[in-house]
Amino acid sequence: MIVQKNDRVLVQGLTGKQGTFWAERMMEYGTEIMGGVNPRKAGTEHIGLPVYGTAQDAMVDKGFEVAVMFIPPLGAKAAAMDAIQAGVKKIVCLTEHIPVQDVMYFLAAADEAGCQVIGPNTTGVVTTGENFVGFMPAFNDRIMKPGRVGVISRSGSLGTFICMKMVEAGFGISAFIGIGGDPIIGTTTLQALKQLDAHEGTDQVVIVGEIGGTMEEEAAEYAASMNKPMVAFVAGAASPEGKKMGHAGAIVVGDKGTYASKKAAFEAAGVQVLDSPSMAGDAMRAIVG
Amino acid sequence: MDFEEYAAKPLLAAAGIAVPDSALAASADEAADIAARIGPCVVKAQVPTGKRGKAGGIKLAATPDEARAAAEAIIGMTIGIHTVEKVLVEAQVDIGTEYYAAVMNDQASKGPMIMFSTEGGMDIEEVAADHPDKLVRLPVDIRQGVTGAAIDAMLAPLGLGERQAATSAALEKLYQVYAENDGELVEINPLVVTGSGDIVALDCKFTLEDSGAVRHAELREKAAPEKLTALEEQARMAGLKYIDLDGDVGILANGAGLTMTTMDMVRYYGGQPANFLEIGGEAYTLGKPALELVMANPRIKSLLVNFCGAFARTDVMAEGIVNAWLDLKPDLPVFFSIHGTGDVEAVAMVRDRLGMEPYDKMDDAVKAAVAAAK
Repeated sequence: MIVQKNDRVLVQGLTGKQGTFWAERMMEYGTEIMGGVNPRKAGTEHIGLPVYGTAQDAMVDKGFEVAVMFIPPLGAKAAAMDAIQAGVKKIVCLTEHIPVQDVMYFLAAADEAGCQVIGPNTTGVVTTGENFVGFMPAFNDRIMKPGRVGVISRSGSLGTFICMKMVEAGFGISAFIGIGGDPIIGTTTLQALKQLDAHEGTDQVVIVGEIGGTMEEEAAEYAASMNKPMVAFVAGAASPEGKKMGHAGAIVVGDKGTYASKKAAFEAAGVQVLDSPSMAGDAMRAIVG
Repeated sequence: MDFEEYAAKPLLAAAGIAVPDSALAASADEAADIAARIGPCVVKAQVPTGKRGKAGGIKLAATPDEARAAAEAIIGMTIGIHTVEKVLVEAQVDIGTEYYAAVMNDQASKGPMIMFSTEGGMDIEEVAADHPDKLVRLPVDIRQGVTGAAIDAMLAPLGLGERQAATSAALEKLYQVYAENDGELVEINPLVVTGSGDIVALDCKFTLEDSGAVRHAELREKAAPEKLTALEEQARMAGLKYIDLDGDVGILANGAGLTMTTMDMVRYYGGQPANFLEIGGEAYTLGKPALELVMANPRIKSLLVNFCGAFARTDVMAEGIVNAWLDLKPDLPVFFSIHGTGDVEAVAMVRDRLGMEPYDKMDDAVKAAVAAAK
C-alpha cells in the first residue's frame, strides 16, 4: 500500500498540538515514527522522539521513507521542499488553504524526484492493522476493522462514514486513501485506484467522489478495465453551480465537474453509483454475496 | 476572488502590456466628462461575469452625449446576478486582429497552463470545440517559469508571421502577472493587434486564488465584492463555511463531503435543504455560532445535525451544539445522526442533556427532518 509496513515516518510540525496528539495515536496504532522537525527545538526530545532542525538532518541521522506535514499553510512549501531535498519517497500533506501556486511548486519538485504526494487537504492514509499516517480514526474497530475493501475518498468525514457502513455490512477495510479536497492534489482518484488495483490485500473498492474537476471521470475510465468489484458515491448532487462547497476543489463551473457527468461516467464503466452512502455496505454485499 | 475589468487591467499595465486609456464612471455625467477628455470611446458595464456584450452592457459612443446615453442605459441594468453600478469609459482602438490569451491553474498537468488562440473575441470553449487547430497550449513548470523560446515554439504552428515577436512578448508578461499575483486565472479576450501593429489588451479577467490571497493584502481589497447574503456575511465573520439555499430543512454537519451529502440526502428523501453549514476541520468547536446561524434563517422548519468524526471529535462538536441549544432554547424540531470518533460520548450527551435520541441510521434522521418540515 502507499505506506508500507516497515516505512519510517518523520512528523514535520511534531511539537505542535495536533502534531503531538496524532503522532501519539499513530505510534499506538503501530506506525513507526522516527522523529520530528521543528527548527527552533532542534536537538531536543518530544514525546520520546528526537526533534531535528530539518528533514535533511533527520535523513542523515536515521533515515525515513514518509514525511507527514502538520504545518500551517504558508510554511507548507518550505517544509515539503525540505522533505523532497532530503530524498523522501512519500509525503502526506494534511494542510488546508495552502496557496495553490505553492502546491504546484512542490508537486513539480516531488514529481521530478520520484516522490509521491498525498494531498494537500487530506485526512491521510490508513493501511489497516499496520499503520496510519494523518488523522483518521484507524484505531476505531467499528470504523476501520481490518479487511479486504479499499476506500478512496476526497473527504475525511464522508470517507469515514462509508468505511463504517462497510464494517456494519460485515466487510473490513484494507486501506483508506484520503486524496484531499483541494483542486490540485498530488495523488488523483485514478492514481489511488491503480494502487488499490495492484494491492494484493484489496479485493473490492469503494470510490467516494464529489463534484468539481474531472478526477472521477478519469478514474471511471480505468475502472472499466478492472476485475475488482466496485461501488461509488459522489457527493454534491444538490449543490448549486458556481459555489465552492467547503472544499476548494468542490465547485461546478458551467457544465464542468457536475454530479451528472460523474455518475454517467461510473455507470458507463459498469460501476454502481449509490443514492445514499448508507447503501455502500449492502450494495457491495449484493455484488460479492 | 474575481476582479472586474477596471481592477484587473492595472495589473497588465504594471507588467508592460498596453491597455487603452480609460476611467471609471459611476454616473452618466461622469461618463460624458471622461468621453470629452478621451474622444470616441466604449462604455462597458463593470460586473464580475462574462457575456456583458450579449447582455447589452457594452456600447460604442462617438461623442460625450452618446457616452452619457450609453452609461444611462447600462448603469442599473442586471447582468446575471449582478446589478451594474459603474462603467468603464475606454478609448476606442483600431482593431486589426483579435487574439485570445490566458494563463490558468491546470488540474490535469498540476501546474500553470498558457493558452493562446487566433480566434479572439469568442467564447474559448467554443473555439476549443470548433477550431482546435487554432488553439495552442503550453504547460509550465512553475519552478522555472516560462521562456520566450518556449512561447515561440507554442505559437509556431499558428503562423503569426511578423506579429509573432510582439505576441510572444505580451504572453511572457501575462505569465508574470499570473505568477507575481497568485493568479488562478488571468485572461485577455480579446488581445488586439491594432492597424499599426501594436498589441493592446481590450479586456481582462483576473481571479486571485483564494488561499494565495493572504499574501496580497492590497490587491485583494480591489476584488469585486462577493455577493453574500446577510447570513453568509455573518458566517464569514464567525469563521464558518455557510451557503444559503432556498429550502426549509436546516443542515449542520461536519466536513465538506458529509455536509454536501447531507444536502443530497435531504433532497433524495423529498425535502429541500435550507443551507450548507460545515463545522468540521478547524471550526469543529464553533457549535454555538453555527447554531445561531441556522436559527437566524426565517425559512427553516426543521434542523438536521449530522456528524461523522474522523479528525473532528463528535463529542466536542456535540457539546458545542448541546450547550448552544440549552442556551438558545429554539422552538424547532431537531434530528441528530452522530457517528465516528467520540460518538458514544456524543450520543449519551444529547440523550442526557437534551432528552433527545439520536438516530442510529443517518437516513432515518434525514427522513424525520424532511417529514417535520412538511
